[in-house]
Amino acid sequence: MGAKDKAVRKPREKRAWYQAALALGINAWLPSWFKGEIFQGGVKGVCVPALNCYSCPSAIGACPIGALQTSFAGLRFNLSIAEKKFGLYVAGFLGAVGSVVGRMPCGWVCPFGFIQELLHKIPTPKVRMPRFMSYFRYVVLATMVVALPLLIVDQFGFGQTWFCKWICPAGTLEAGLPLVILNTDLRPLIGFMYYWKIGLLVLFIGWFILSRRPFCRAICPLGAIFGLFNKASLFRMAVDDEKCTLCDKCYKDCPVEIKIYESPNSPDCVRCLKCVSSCKFGAISYEFLGKREVARDLRVKSPASS
Amino acid sequence: MKRKLPWVLLTVFLGVMVAGLLLGEYKTVLEKAVTVCLDCIGIG
Repeated sequence: MGAKDKAVRKPREKRAWYQAALALGINAWLPSWFKGEIFQGGVKGVCVPALNCYSCPSAIGACPIGALQTSFAGLRFNLSIAEKKFGLYVAGFLGAVGSVVGRMPCGWVCPFGFIQELLHKIPTPKVRMPRFMSYFRYVVLATMVVALPLLIVDQFGFGQTWFCKWICPAGTLEAGLPLVILNTDLRPLIGFMYYWKIGLLVLFIGWFILSRRPFCRAICPLGAIFGLFNKASLFRMAVDDEKCTLCDKCYKDCPVEIKIYESPNSPDCVRCLKCVSSCKFGAISYEFLGKREVARDLRVKSPASS
Repeated sequence: MKRKLPWVLLTVFLGVMVAGLLLGEYKTVLEKAVTVCLDCIGIG
């Protein structure tokens, strides 16, 4: 590999460090790991823009998807003891983040996205995820996060956090496994649900190895919400049709397998900016607050000089 | 041309977030977050 190649690859190598630092940043209370407990500080009500389980021992913030379901599950006008919270704080937080950067937190902050990218590096034959599956995340959002917690009640008259309970592998990996290992009091409580979630996690891990960020694209309700803002956010991707040669280098490098030249602000795009650095023709750029940038270390200015 | 939609959305959602905070929703989220979520870990 020549010096020139190294220079062009630098930004995308840096992103892994950002992902690692931010994953650690939102799970910074490391002493909890030694006690088998979870962090219980007063700042934990602050939502993080990532699918990061608040029962991870070191999590210092709240998972917005868990918090949203909890609000919906407790919204019962027929029960005097119900808190009747609409989830405005969480919905407003998600909308505000989405309005500024769209789905960018998925590419830079989310520990579970980072884990998927790391597992996908394991050398095995790879499988492309069919594109139609990316619509499934809206079904998950509409049913497991909104409709079922609102509509189905238990014997006490309250709803449940359906996505957390039946699907979320982030909760199993970040909280279920470590807490049961670290806290012996929880072990006698293990039953069918625990084995269901472990089995699902194993299946997901296999999928992560084979396909690129499949959970983010097909399942994640948080990605579904942030993705809705990609076309309307302050941060925007742009492709210069005159410079784009349709070489598909961006498509081959993309962690979510999108052709950015077809839809620069696709709801699937996690805005990792890998395509910006991989495009040798400077065709892909991003814009934020009126300022447009292409890769800073782009050496090749035009097709003629490449 | 300056795009207005993101600013409108940002203003609206910040308003929604502040309304939620004024209604005491931070406390609700905090109470959930500082308790081990048995559903999340598969013991619920």
